[in-house]
Amino acid sequence: MRLFNVQGRAAAASERRLFYRHRLPIRVMHWINVLSFFLMLMSGLGIFNAHPHLYWGADSDFDAPLLSMTARPGPDGAPHGVTQVGSHTFSTDGVLGASREEGAAQQTERAFPSWATIPGRQYLATARNWHLFFAWVFVLNGIAYLLFTVFSGHLRRDLLPRKAELRGIVASLRDHLLFRHPAGEAARRYNVLQNLSYLAVIFVLLPLVVLAGLGMSPRLDALFGGWVDILGGRQSARTLHFVAAFCLLAFVVVHVFEVIVTGLWNNLRSMITGYYRLPEDEHEGPAP
Amino acid sequence: MTAIARRRFLRLALGSALPGALGGCDRLASSDSFNGMLRKAQFLSQRAQALLAGDGAMAQEFTEDDIADDFRSNGTAMPDSRLYRQLLAGRFRAWRLRVGGLVARPAQYSLADLQAMPSRTQITRHDCVEGWSVIGKWTGVPLRALLSQVRPLPAARYVVFHCADPMDGSDVEAPGSTYYESIDLAEARHPQTILAYALNDAPLPVKNGAPLRLRVERQLGYKQAKYLMRIDLVERLETIRRGKGGYWEDLGYEWYAGI
Repeated sequence: MRLFNVQGRAAAASERRLFYRHRLPIRVMHWINVLSFFLMLMSGLGIFNAHPHLYWGADSDFDAPLLSMTARPGPDGAPHGVTQVGSHTFSTDGVLGASREEGAAQQTERAFPSWATIPGRQYLATARNWHLFFAWVFVLNGIAYLLFTVFSGHLRRDLLPRKAELRGIVASLRDHLLFRHPAGEAARRYNVLQNLSYLAVIFVLLPLVVLAGLGMSPRLDALFGGWVDILGGRQSARTLHFVAAFCLLAFVVVHVFEVIVTGLWNNLRSMITGYYRLPEDEHEGPAP
Repeated sequence: MTAIARRRFLRLALGSALPGALGGCDRLASSDSFNGMLRKAQFLSQRAQALLAGDGAMAQEFTEDDIADDFRSNGTAMPDSRLYRQLLAGRFRAWRLRVGGLVARPAQYSLADLQAMPSRTQITRHDCVEGWSVIGKWTGVPLRALLSQVRPLPAARYVVFHCADPMDGSDVEAPGSTYYESIDLAEARHPQTILAYALNDAPLPVKNGAPLRLRVERQLGYKQAKYLMRIDLVERLETIRRGKGGYWEDLGYEWYAGI
């Protein structure tokens, strides 16, 4: 009986530390975004593979691409993957330029490897079918998120950093690099670096990736005379689309890393059930 | 859940879900019916784009300085067809463009007939579905001028372009595989939709579609049918070839290529 009481009290204490962090619409939109982002990225790499070169300007200067992922014949006759950025050439064999498809004896010339693309076997039509379908899911979900985040107060309350928090950028940066994470009441709010990176993704990278994507559409380029020149022209738009997509991927990598090091289970639960347990604050001592 | 159980669960989840999800994606991606379902999004895109950039919206035009030195050719560069070789040898004097189907007055046009009609010249950007772009200067007959001569019947909804180039082998091996394309009447009547016989002030080179090719400037490269032989006005595309309105469309590409 006494044992039960002790356990009961401990459970109650931890219940107190559990708080409702993410509302249902945010959770649903987050997972729709995860799915559509990866499908967009992988089908996008499949599209890129159809012409693995990037240019700057309105049209393609085939002799001077900014970036190329191609293959040269290796000593054994099999293609050898190389990536060229400006005037520099790197061997990226096995991953970029040439890689082995599942079950194949020899490498195939392909910019991104089959494990990174949809479909795995290079076929532009299918990659476009997927990309242009999930673009609708991605964009409609993004618009719904923007509306929700502005009108529910999520933006003002949770995403915009306060003045005092902005002054703590350097300290927050040091804490992140030392893997020191906010605990106790301080963990209730997003920290300032989190705020700034979310804002950059929501208001810079995502609009840019969408705008540059639409800038590649010949019909939308006809919207009003030469608007795509604001992005540097259609081929620049294609390059910006690619760069923005990789910045988003970089964000996802750091985001998932932080999710893991700050408590994978707790973070996952908060994005599934909504409930987040505040990490214990060392200064308060262990929980009773 | 204990920490060990959690870890085991996660390892299992990552170890099985990730390759499982990727494998599942790949299986779906090789399913024709699934891709066909995804492809329906093109009609949503078409409607949304038409709403934003109306039927009259003009594709960007460029200056002489923007013209590329070499206009890259994609797909067929020289049709593997006896008929085409004969026409080319005769410098297309025997070539005729036949216009028929759902029209009040079917007609035939020689190259000289077309060149005698009012023309339009435009410097535009050609966007290949693969991702690259080239700028060139096209001169030709606005398709709407031609349509007003043959007078489409009220039932006509699409303009179908039949070409000289067999795609799956020579005319002997694969005579039924000639390139074809189609657009709707709104696109056909757009002022920049022309039947081009000149590129950069010179007769259209063979690799770019001599003697006549279509220019639909607000859509991707595969819509710009080369080596034109016959134009038909039709009510439905389903009954033509594999029913999707074009050679590449029959192989899974979107019919609406404005994006």
